[in-house]
Amino acid sequence: MTGIGVCPGRVAGPVARMGARPRLPEDHPGVADAEAETRLAIDALNLTAEDLERRAAATPIPGAAEVLEATAMIARDPSLEEAIRSAIAKGEPAAWAIDRAIDAFRALLLDLGGYMAERVGDLDDVRDRTVARLLGEPMPGIPERDTPFVLVADDLAPADTVTLTTDRVVALVTVKGGPTSHTAILARSLGLPAVVACPDAASLAEGELVAVDGSTGEVLVGVTPEDAAATNLAERKRRAARVASRGPGRTADGHRVSLLVNIGDAAGAAKVAKVDAEGVGLFRTEFLYLDRQEAPSVDEQVSLYANVFKEMGGRKIVVRTLDAGADKPLPFLTQEGEPNPALGVRGLRTARRDPDVLTDQLAALAIAQKETNAVVWVMAPMVATAAEAKGFTDLVHSHGLPIGGVMIEIPAAALRAADLLEHTDFLSIGTNDLAQYTLAADRMAGELADLLDPWQPALLDLIRMTAQAGLAAGKSVGVCGEAAASPALAPVLVGLGVTSLSMSATAVADVRDALAVVTLADCQEMAARALAGKPAR
Amino acid sequence: MAERQVIVGSRIGLHARPAALFVKAATAQAVRITIRKGDGPPVDARSILRVLALGARNGDTVVLEADGDGAVEALEAVATVVAEDHDDPA
Repeated sequence: MTGIGVCPGRVAGPVARMGARPRLPEDHPGVADAEAETRLAIDALNLTAEDLERRAAATPIPGAAEVLEATAMIARDPSLEEAIRSAIAKGEPAAWAIDRAIDAFRALLLDLGGYMAERVGDLDDVRDRTVARLLGEPMPGIPERDTPFVLVADDLAPADTVTLTTDRVVALVTVKGGPTSHTAILARSLGLPAVVACPDAASLAEGELVAVDGSTGEVLVGVTPEDAAATNLAERKRRAARVASRGPGRTADGHRVSLLVNIGDAAGAAKVAKVDAEGVGLFRTEFLYLDRQEAPSVDEQVSLYANVFKEMGGRKIVVRTLDAGADKPLPFLTQEGEPNPALGVRGLRTARRDPDVLTDQLAALAIAQKETNAVVWVMAPMVATAAEAKGFTDLVHSHGLPIGGVMIEIPAAALRAADLLEHTDFLSIGTNDLAQYTLAADRMAGELADLLDPWQPALLDLIRMTAQAGLAAGKSVGVCGEAAASPALAPVLVGLGVTSLSMSATAVADVRDALAVVTLADCQEMAARALAGKPAR
Repeated sequence: MAERQVIVGSRIGLHARPAALFVKAATAQAVRITIRKGDGPPVDARSILRVLALGARNGDTVVLEADGDGAVEALEAVATVVAEDHDDPA
């Protein structure tokens, strides 16, 4: 069976299926003894809390303990207990009472929006675990096994992923999801071989041996234990060899391609210091602004940026200014209730209404750059026109930052890349959004994953136009979307004229290896075939 | 009935970790404590869901109330947690 490979590597192991969410049976039993029924419900909730607390104490993943403890706290909430007690008094059996009580709090939090609405996932986790216990069904979530396994799920939720570790899970296969889904991004950040959008995976049996190829998207069934051992041995050798691959990115005939890393916070910057890459091609700055009621002050931003810049050790860092709106709303900047947020006031567009957030950020970046003497490039997200590119680049220069560029995420900007380059210093293609806008397919719509495939010739056409405009202008054009992390696609992008690739840190070695074995002419041939819709992959 | 008014010191408001620390502190007290914001109804300070639902932001004033022996000391202990800025990176 085949899906979309989203993180390379070929490993074999037994299938362990993600526990499904328990469903209440159709037939609704009565309550004979309300007091006993209440005890049943509260005991089950306490067991859920204890289980979460035990996992919080044991998890080696940074940040996971806090998430698990917060969820345990919900299971011990006295108001929840009160709501359950009153539902049971009205004749609801324990599992139904919990479902009903959680539902009421769910609505309350959703209504408050923002951070509170995000806690709904924790509430659902408490509901599912407790209801499963009461109904005698298997625990939902990532299964517990003594030996490493291939995790097979319908799709993964953010809450599932905080306890996912590579010592337990050797590969991921999901029925749904796409190349930019949460699962795909998580797999790449962990370097875990993964296949998404694999509908046949629904039929995989618990414990069945499978081999997963995260490059081709192939999931092999009927694997013998000998085959599995051979596959895993080959993978270990490949990983060992990968550690040996070093140095700047180049093709077999010496054509240089900068290999850069995407980071999203200060911890990412510390990791980059250890990665063999030429710098950071995308520093997302949203983490500074999330979960806040007001924008951070210039001083606060300066100290944070300076800390990140110091980690670069003379290597380049491309900072993307705040990309709020759409899936990343902020109370002080974005408007709620836009009918179509992906097409609304997001990215650079928020500066039309509130320019201070952007000018504060540029001021802080300029001060941090002077303090650290780092090589800082700054770019804006969601730019559509040459006038916007000029306005932003001029603003960057006026703050004393020498290099300002823009992202190419909107087809209009790709079509007029040559015009944009008259006014700006570099371009960086965000393939995830460019695919979404070119194919008119929502990034979050798993069933449209085929349309969001970065091999779509229309998307490659726009990348080619942008890259060729860059070559003509003698300016840098990079790709910083998930497409850059694909060892199969990287040579195609280089063949289209792209000069740098920025990806998650775990992908760099594979992409470097993929480029090292092809010449620039090979890359151009592969690009021509891909544009013709006949890729040799 | 002892009462204490206190300004939320946490930069992100009474959310996430600051809310969890507050609820933990309230649960540890021998007396039952309520918290309210403005004219809103007082809610159980041991309930993380109710505390989150207050939507108390940085700079908001909240009112803590408790009854019985040691109420004043208990309020003092939890008020400190509300007033602190737990997100201070320093």
